[in-house]
Amino acid sequence: MTLPDDRRYSREHEWIRPEGEEGVIGLTKFAVDELGDIVYLELPAIGAKLTQFASFGVVESVKAVSDLFAPASGVVVAFNEELRTRPELMNSDPHDAGWICRITLADPAELDALLEAPAYAELIGSE
Amino acid sequence: MSAVGERPTTDASGRGAAFHSPPAGEVLRVVEPTLFERSRPGRRAVRFPAPSEAARKAAASQPPLPDAARRTAPLRLPEVSELELVRHFNRLSRLNHAIDIDFYPLGSCTMKYNPKLNEWAARLPGLAGSHPLDPGPLSQGSLELQWLLAELLREIGGFAAVSLQPAAGAHGELTGMLMTRAFHRSRGEGDQRRVVLVPDSAHGTNPATASMVGFTTRTVPSNARGGIDLDALRGALGPDTAALMITNPSTLGIFEDQIHDVLNAVQAAGAIAYMDGANLNAVLGRFRAGEAGFDVMHFNLHKTFSTPHGGGGPGAGPIGVSPRLAPFLPAPLPLLIAGDPATVRANAWSGRSTPDARFALEPPGARPTAIGQVRTFGGNFGMHLRAYAYIRANGAAGLRQVTDDAVLAANYVRVQLGDAYDLPFDRICKHEVVFSARRQKREHDVSALDIAKAILDEGIHPPTIYFPLIVEEALMIEPTETETRETLDRFVAIMHDIADRSARDPEAVRQSPRTTPVGRLDEAAAARQPDLGWAFPEADRTGATLSG
Amino acid sequence: MTYSPHTDADRVAMLEAIGVESVDDLFADIPESVRASRFDLPPPLTEQEVRAELSRLAGLNRIPEVSFLGAGAYRRLIPAVVDEVVGRAEFATAYTPYQPEVSQGTLQSIYEFQSLVCELTGMEVASASHYDGATATAEGALMACRLTGRHRVAVSRAVHPQVRRVLETYCSGPGVEVVEVPADLSETGSGLTDLDAVRSLVGEDVACLVVQEPNFFGLLEPMSELAEAAHAAGALIVTLVDPVSLALLEAPGRYGADIVTAEGQSLGIPLAFGGPYLGLMAARMNAVRQLPGRLVGATRDAAGRRGYVLTLQAREQHIRREKAASNICTNQALCALAATAYLSAVGPEGLREAAERSTIQARHLVATLEMAGIAARRFTAPYFNEVALRLADAGPRHAALVEQGILAGLVVEPEYPELPDTLLLATTELTTDDDIRRLAAALGAAA
Repeated sequence: MTLPDDRRYSREHEWIRPEGEEGVIGLTKFAVDELGDIVYLELPAIGAKLTQFASFGVVESVKAVSDLFAPASGVVVAFNEELRTRPELMNSDPHDAGWICRITLADPAELDALLEAPAYAELIGSE
Repeated sequence: MSAVGERPTTDASGRGAAFHSPPAGEVLRVVEPTLFERSRPGRRAVRFPAPSEAARKAAASQPPLPDAARRTAPLRLPEVSELELVRHFNRLSRLNHAIDIDFYPLGSCTMKYNPKLNEWAARLPGLAGSHPLDPGPLSQGSLELQWLLAELLREIGGFAAVSLQPAAGAHGELTGMLMTRAFHRSRGEGDQRRVVLVPDSAHGTNPATASMVGFTTRTVPSNARGGIDLDALRGALGPDTAALMITNPSTLGIFEDQIHDVLNAVQAAGAIAYMDGANLNAVLGRFRAGEAGFDVMHFNLHKTFSTPHGGGGPGAGPIGVSPRLAPFLPAPLPLLIAGDPATVRANAWSGRSTPDARFALEPPGARPTAIGQVRTFGGNFGMHLRAYAYIRANGAAGLRQVTDDAVLAANYVRVQLGDAYDLPFDRICKHEVVFSARRQKREHDVSALDIAKAILDEGIHPPTIYFPLIVEEALMIEPTETETRETLDRFVAIMHDIADRSARDPEAVRQSPRTTPVGRLDEAAAARQPDLGWAFPEADRTGATLSG
Repeated sequence: MTYSPHTDADRVAMLEAIGVESVDDLFADIPESVRASRFDLPPPLTEQEVRAELSRLAGLNRIPEVSFLGAGAYRRLIPAVVDEVVGRAEFATAYTPYQPEVSQGTLQSIYEFQSLVCELTGMEVASASHYDGATATAEGALMACRLTGRHRVAVSRAVHPQVRRVLETYCSGPGVEVVEVPADLSETGSGLTDLDAVRSLVGEDVACLVVQEPNFFGLLEPMSELAEAAHAAGALIVTLVDPVSLALLEAPGRYGADIVTAEGQSLGIPLAFGGPYLGLMAARMNAVRQLPGRLVGATRDAAGRRGYVLTLQAREQHIRREKAASNICTNQALCALAATAYLSAVGPEGLREAAERSTIQARHLVATLEMAGIAARRFTAPYFNEVALRLADAGPRHAALVEQGILAGLVVEPEYPELPDTLLLATTELTTDDDIRRLAAALGAAA
């Protein structure tokens, strides 16, 4: 699968797609494939502040549970309501319809610390 | 914190939407209806005698239950005849695999035979009818039994003292960790020592227990031989270490041959050494944790000592402790308050009572250093008496034989499956052996799960899968000492056959099981749309009961 | 006597296959320095010798002919059919249902159990059970801490003393402070939790109020008011209830309970000197992810058959590890099965009969003793089937009756120093008129 190059990737397998002053966050296909069927997410409320690389929630599958680590700092302005009733969207379309939340970017320069698509592909190729 | 995925709707009966709506129009086939589906108004099994007139009259002179306290909610318990009840549960039971049916080589669970003699003992009216708060003169038998079992476990584990109070292995762990913290506090190091070290092969209860007691967990890697990485351990130990929790033999079925150095390192760091006794079946009579230097160990009576697993409990998890931890044992302990311990033991071992012996429970508050109480009363006495019967039946020679045969059986299986499955640690194992299905996974996309499901079609239970976490596609096999060689040979043949089929027709293996009462179940749906209890179709708005 | 089937020939054959000389070779990796130096256990016994030994110990117990002892464990009828069900080897010798395809018996029976607990308590979801009512209550209090983010727990003095101790022990783990709320145990007191004290002690930093209904003294607490007082401070209310009493008493779900726990021993489980018992726990659906213990859920297989599985396992220790809601690894499956069989065997009418008979005999007992001037009720609040009585020289008289095979309940003073000369007596459906007559006669004579 080709990784979209309109976004950056963290080593914890999150992606963030910058859109102006905001960023949309999700999990990569690699991550959801590892987790298996996603059944539940625990997310902060709108208005919560995220700190880059800190845990901001939990994703739960049938067999595993994992922290979600913020790829960038910011404030949550929206989360994907669809996931409330259809968490399986994260498995079927992790890079698009399965997005998790949208934040305002506190410092766009933080994205430089993340990987671009080719570097991330190399990372998961080696895992 | 908002929770995506919750569905907090409530129906008119006041109960939540805890039911699953199948896709519109789909009717599921039912293997065995629930009791609620069998229920018909007016049917009943057991009745109670009516109170006498005299009783009613006397009672009427006393204030009745106030109306404000009376039940307005429905009481929709099943209404079935006794025969229907019996058939329901008999049919349900026949959907289960069990030790009493066929082989059950679940690693880490020690699925040995559960002797029926123990069941006979549990039903003796003198034991089954003993109330936990009966005054001393009425409960000398119960107290003596607990005292004797504690003495036997002390000897088996090499410990100074034992508590029988914990109701399960995990409960024993909790007790041990609470005691660990109390110990460090007593030395003024409670705030400083907050970290518990566990190997990466640890059972999930270990870090969960540490968390419950306010500790954080740090993982220590295993080495290439399957033991703990001693250098990493030494690096991790420090003034902030409260304890090391390890299982020995490890969850890989391998005895930690560096145990001497491990315990020295832990002691030198001022930390507590906790042994998870789940694998005790491997070392009875050969290794005594307390004697070797462990401070605390929990025994799993439902593993090593043959008490039945019951489909998931009840178990019992007594703990043995070193002298420095003894003051912190949960209260109350059963004590011998009159009579010489050696005499009482000698008499009991010869089947005799000691006339001048007196047993009593510690009175409340008698031992202020106790960490408190971890459950009501004295623990799972029903399991204590079964374990006692088992230990007395076996004696020293018998328990040594248990270990010898358990280890023999596991190695016998080990040497016969290495050609078909990867063996991550190719060395003598103890009572269990861990294989990996990674070859099958990589070459044929047949996982450990698929193999387990294929085993179900052979009428036996699969080994433990995906544990320990450090082995890819793990298959943990623990035959135990109570299986015949023919059964072990049959298991080996089944495993070879499945390995062959995985290569020849992997899709068929992935489609299993096919002969079980139900096939693979949709676990994702179960977690996404939880249906955790029967939803009565007629939502009762008025609160009147369904019958009468 | 061992249960191993191996003959010497078997062992020799296995050793040969393994390629070692003797079984000791399989233990060569145990270093000398840690080998057991002793293993002094009694010699093995045959079946009849084991029977004799267990009979010896059973014989050292004396089961009283007449007993009014309750205080958390009750002598009740265990229908023969319940014994049969839990005696089925397929239930008793099965393991935790991790391979659901061959565990539908266990899984479905747990689903039925969960359903029954919800029905009795009027709550939305119930766990597959805990070790006992006390540990369920302690876990419930910790659950309330997680749900509210608060770190203090208030518990009424009228809650069973052992439950309070277990609660304190569990709370000491994560450093949750336990605050005791007084009860009115004065001379002419109600015997109930002090509502004013609740209002002042349960503040914004308290996660939950823990109360028992009926309370330790058998008295009926003002549950709606207590729930309101807790909720007014943003705290939850954890109610420890008696499952048989729920046949007649209001379901906690209807008076605002957030977490309900109970000791299920009364539901077909023998006294057995304290265990194994059965902890029930139920809550609202929106708290399900913080609910400790196993959960069974209904689902389907590919062939369209209904089936049951352990679900929401990501809460549990084997997946979440250090983030688990609890470390609990077993439930009390066989005890839960007994309860399920019991509740189906008695049905709603039977449970009502058992509860009613218990309350009638309690009133019969009190009337008899009061009329004879032997004892008087200690507290003024309404009671269910357990009652605290005041009588002079309670301790010595109690002991004298024990000699005669009559157990006049529990002497309360060791646990409640403020209540000298007080006995706590319980009646159940097994209490006969003759029991009451004999007790009255013996107490009267022992005056």
